[in-house]
Amino acid sequence: MNEINPLLRRGLTHRRDFLRLMGIGAVGMAAAACGVEGQGGKQNVTRSEVEKYWAGKTRTGKLNWANWVGYMEDDRATLKAFTKATGIEVTYKEVINENAEWFGKIDAPLRAKQSIGFDLMVMSNGIQLEQCRQLGYLVPLDHAKLPNFAANAGASFKNPSYDPDNTFTIPYTSGITGIAYNTKYVKEPITKWADLLDPKYEGKIGMMGDSQELGNVGMFLTGVDPEKSTPDDWAKAAAKLREQRPLVRKYYTQDYIEAVTKGDVWITMAWSGDAYSLAGPEVKFVIPEEGGTIWTDNLCIPSTAESPVDALELMNWLYDPRANATLTEYINYITPVPGTKEFIRQDADAASGEDKETLEALIESPLVYPTDADLAKLRRYRTLTQAEKEQYQSVFTPIPQGS
Amino acid sequence: MRRRLTPYLLILPGGLWLTVFFAVPIIMMLSFSLMEGNLIDGFAFTFHWQNYTEGLSTYGDKFARSLWYGLLATAACIALAYPAAYWIAFKAGRNKSTYLFLMLLPFFVSFILRTVSWKFVLADNGIVLGTLKDWGLLAQDFHVLGTTFAVICGLTYNFLPFMVLPIYVALEKIDHRLLEAAQDLYASRVQTFLRVVLPLSLPGVFAGVVMTFIPISADYVNADVLGGSGNVMIGNVIYLEYFNNSDYPMASALSFTLMGALLVGIFLYARLLGTKDVLEAAGR
Repeated sequence: MNEINPLLRRGLTHRRDFLRLMGIGAVGMAAAACGVEGQGGKQNVTRSEVEKYWAGKTRTGKLNWANWVGYMEDDRATLKAFTKATGIEVTYKEVINENAEWFGKIDAPLRAKQSIGFDLMVMSNGIQLEQCRQLGYLVPLDHAKLPNFAANAGASFKNPSYDPDNTFTIPYTSGITGIAYNTKYVKEPITKWADLLDPKYEGKIGMMGDSQELGNVGMFLTGVDPEKSTPDDWAKAAAKLREQRPLVRKYYTQDYIEAVTKGDVWITMAWSGDAYSLAGPEVKFVIPEEGGTIWTDNLCIPSTAESPVDALELMNWLYDPRANATLTEYINYITPVPGTKEFIRQDADAASGEDKETLEALIESPLVYPTDADLAKLRRYRTLTQAEKEQYQSVFTPIPQGS
Repeated sequence: MRRRLTPYLLILPGGLWLTVFFAVPIIMMLSFSLMEGNLIDGFAFTFHWQNYTEGLSTYGDKFARSLWYGLLATAACIALAYPAAYWIAFKAGRNKSTYLFLMLLPFFVSFILRTVSWKFVLADNGIVLGTLKDWGLLAQDFHVLGTTFAVICGLTYNFLPFMVLPIYVALEKIDHRLLEAAQDLYASRVQTFLRVVLPLSLPGVFAGVVMTFIPISADYVNADVLGGSGNVMIGNVIYLEYFNNSDYPMASALSFTLMGALLVGIFLYARLLGTKDVLEAAGR
């Protein structure tokens, strides 16, 4: 598709050809020009391929990082500390709002093997990350250069099912999908997903539009573990969600937290970190009885990165508990580095007044350091093959569309 | 010789621009719309017409809704724009340009920002509804956000200047001596308006309708920001198919179906209004 089709070039110089081209010729030309080659199957890499990629790659002393909104202190303290420690300058941009939208932006340049302008990016486990893995859009990581990850990552963050052996990704932070509700309007405690089907909250319920997030809730409502679900389970879950649809005010992407804080919705599906740090004090977050999902946002290097060595160095540095503690104090999601806890305690001891209270609350928060009992309630997304993905999407996508 | 070439040279920059940014992508999209496959295994051109039939049967109601919203919002635009343009053209005197400028002032702010600010105005417990609820004038569970009404309001608001400007231009050009002549022939004010002003300004209305109806029907921002679960427009579906599902063939087929529907709509409208006025409007 990159090269100009000869037919087109000829067509533009000869009038008759051009006319033909505008008629049935157009379709024929398009057919010849625009088949799109498959690029799947790139998720399996051997040790020698990894070595081959990293051989001869050197530090450039600078780095471009694409991240999600709210994932770094406003004064970029963590990045400044990194630059001070390593001399690598970081250009940091919070340009990612949604995995699907981000994938839409990077798909074309990466397919054409062109730079996307970033050496490091953060993507959640799910359909788009899987697509990036399979299409060869990610650089296989050289774990010999990630000693901090090996030493400090929590056990549940190593060797995840969505990326065996952390071949392409290591976690940046993790969060829980559960329920947030506004105690100003909802007086009785909300404890389970089934409460989102209570007719008395009609028009005051918010759901997420993302097909995987939404599908998971349908699965919980029908008593199925999303990670182990089958196509039959999807159909049942979808039926349940359709039943719920008349009660739903809106299927949200990002703006649900503002809606529940302002009272436009009273109960909504929510991510733990948003509810912890962005919502008003009257908004409460719960992990439902039926179970919640835990997802992970992952650091990965796009295949056309210009400074992969620097990116890898930053990834390793972020797994230093001291460095990560500062970040965790700001992000308030689950950190993949359990060792941060003692550093946050040190910071709390050194702080005073309100800061001290905030830090102490953070250490105690089950949303940042979930207990084993909490973790036992949490499930993961199902990894979908290409065929399954199409079926899954066709089952759940129409629900927020009202079809 | 040089004189004969001049028009072609003048048309060259615009023509090239259109070729590169309209013709090429549209041909590529057309070919995509007949492909089959997926992102991982690749897409192959197989004359897969089913993309169209499937798209229509699955999302037919969204097409209908988009066109219906387009009609409603366009009608609302005419209702709001015509009197305003009329007043500015005939009654505003020396300050015409000032009033026109004031009319357009809000539109110097970005589209998204203005749409999002509607959300603040219409919030369930925001300044307007919240206050009315506190005074007991509205039921506690009354809401506007997430309803069809909110979407139509947003669409009307966002595309209003595209209706005001062409109507104003058409009215502005009307020779005042025609109005005097009508009065000399004992036409009442209403008759003058209906027989003289309205027909002469219709090309402006036509241009306005074309400039608002098409973008309104294809819009997805308003439905996304102000609408609820029942207000999804076809633009939202196309966006979702492109970005969330990476189903490029389906998204392209839906885009073409929308284009076709709009072309048919505009054509019917042009026939209804008479070809002469349409040509006149196009010639402006």
